[in-house]
Amino acid sequence: MLTSGIILLAGSLLSPNPGLIFWTAVTFVIVLLILKKIAWGPILGALEEREKGIQSSIDRAHQAKDESEAILRKNRELLEKADAESDRIIREGKDYAEKLRADFTDKAQADAKKMIASAKDEIEQEKRRALDVLRNEVADLAVKGAEKIIKTALDADMQKKIVDSMIQDLSSKRN
Amino acid sequence: MKRLRVTKPKAIIKVFAVLLPLLLCGFGVASASSEHSSGVSGNVAATPAVEVAHGGAEAAPEEEKAGDVIMHHILDKGVLSFEPFGEVSLPHLSIPASVPVLGGLDISVTKHVVMLWLVSAALLIVFSIVGGKYKTMNARQAPKGLANAMEALVEFIRLDVAKSNIGHGYEKHLPYLLTIFFFILFCNLLGLIPYGATATGNVNVTLALSIFTFFVTQVAAFRAHGVKGYLQHLTAGTHWSLWIIMVPIEIIGQFTKPFALTVRLFANMTAGHIIILSLIFISFILKSYIVAVAVSVPFAIFIYLLELFVAFLQAFVFTMLSALFIGLATAHEGHDEHEAAVAHH
Repeated sequence: MLTSGIILLAGSLLSPNPGLIFWTAVTFVIVLLILKKIAWGPILGALEEREKGIQSSIDRAHQAKDESEAILRKNRELLEKADAESDRIIREGKDYAEKLRADFTDKAQADAKKMIASAKDEIEQEKRRALDVLRNEVADLAVKGAEKIIKTALDADMQKKIVDSMIQDLSSKRN
Repeated sequence: MKRLRVTKPKAIIKVFAVLLPLLLCGFGVASASSEHSSGVSGNVAATPAVEVAHGGAEAAPEEEKAGDVIMHHILDKGVLSFEPFGEVSLPHLSIPASVPVLGGLDISVTKHVVMLWLVSAALLIVFSIVGGKYKTMNARQAPKGLANAMEALVEFIRLDVAKSNIGHGYEKHLPYLLTIFFFILFCNLLGLIPYGATATGNVNVTLALSIFTFFVTQVAAFRAHGVKGYLQHLTAGTHWSLWIIMVPIEIIGQFTKPFALTVRLFANMTAGHIIILSLIFISFILKSYIVAVAVSVPFAIFIYLLELFVAFLQAFVFTMLSALFIGLATAHEGHDEHEAAVAHH
């Protein structure tokens, strides 16, 4: 039963055969030469060309990326500048508007105050005038009344004192 | 170098795995045949085992016949047998004695030579198609179909095997590495087809292939270092008093590398086939359908699939190691020599 193993190890498995070595060598060399001509040349050439193409594409892509990044950065800077500018303009406008508003308000208030003051003055004057007119009217009336009283009574002086005191009373009550 | 050590035990395990079923079969047959008479062998289906049964009726010769059938399948011979259709005998040739060096050499065409030619034909057909496609294709087109499949392998050999192991100047060795990879791969695969034979399972074929690697390595070393550098390389940069040890070791090392390549490829390819045949033979020897269905066929299919993987793996390993040896031979060990020079002073 060990014979199988013995055949395997010591048998003709390892026996040299120069003819086969010869044929292997010849076949292999011919195959190598033909394949080198018909296959490896074109395939390796194509692979190398593609590799270079891919490399150049990658390079170009990187370049484009760098460029676009630079443009983006520039754009961003411009945008920031524009933002700042617009901010500034808005702020200035706001300030100006604020100032303007404040001015207007002050002026309006001042005007209003002035108007009120003049109106008050006028009212005062009118009042005073009216009081004077009233006083004269009342005095006239009183005089007329007094005349009637005097005509009827005796003492005109006495009556006038009474009338004056009455007028004083009236004016103090009025004020 | 590390791979070298890893693969050798694997080959030993494979040989052991071959021997174990054979030994077990021997016991089985011895007991089975003594119980039944020789007439039982008629039950066996019409297969190579029929021949086994025909030859000898007794147990001991029958057991030898099982081994013989396996060896008959594995070994090289001068006929192409297409059982059960018959066989074609191949011509016997020899180089005329008048030729100076090779005079009188027997160069009979054998089964393995025919397989080599078939492999060459297949290679030439496949790669003439692929090469033609690449010639007509411009750089912007993507390869399709066969060209794409081959390109994956070519690109793998180019970048992962040649470029990473040889480094600078790897382009020069690419045609050799690619050819040897596809040659071995096709040999391995054709051996898995029915009626095919594994040419790479013959030690002579693998020897021839590794001799090519040997010469390519030596030429590359001479080209890279010149004669002086080559001789310096043999001393491994050691002190002169160690040369008497180092030089023989380095010279032996030059020859063990191709020897390891030879044996690794041959043993791996042969072992797989022997395992498959042995598994099939278990059922014939034990004369049991149960064993055939439960053990032989499933395990043989498993080993067959494993062999498909091994076909690629061994082609890769051979190419990889060739590239590695070329890389080692052409590597400039400038810093080593420099360190040695510093150590002197």
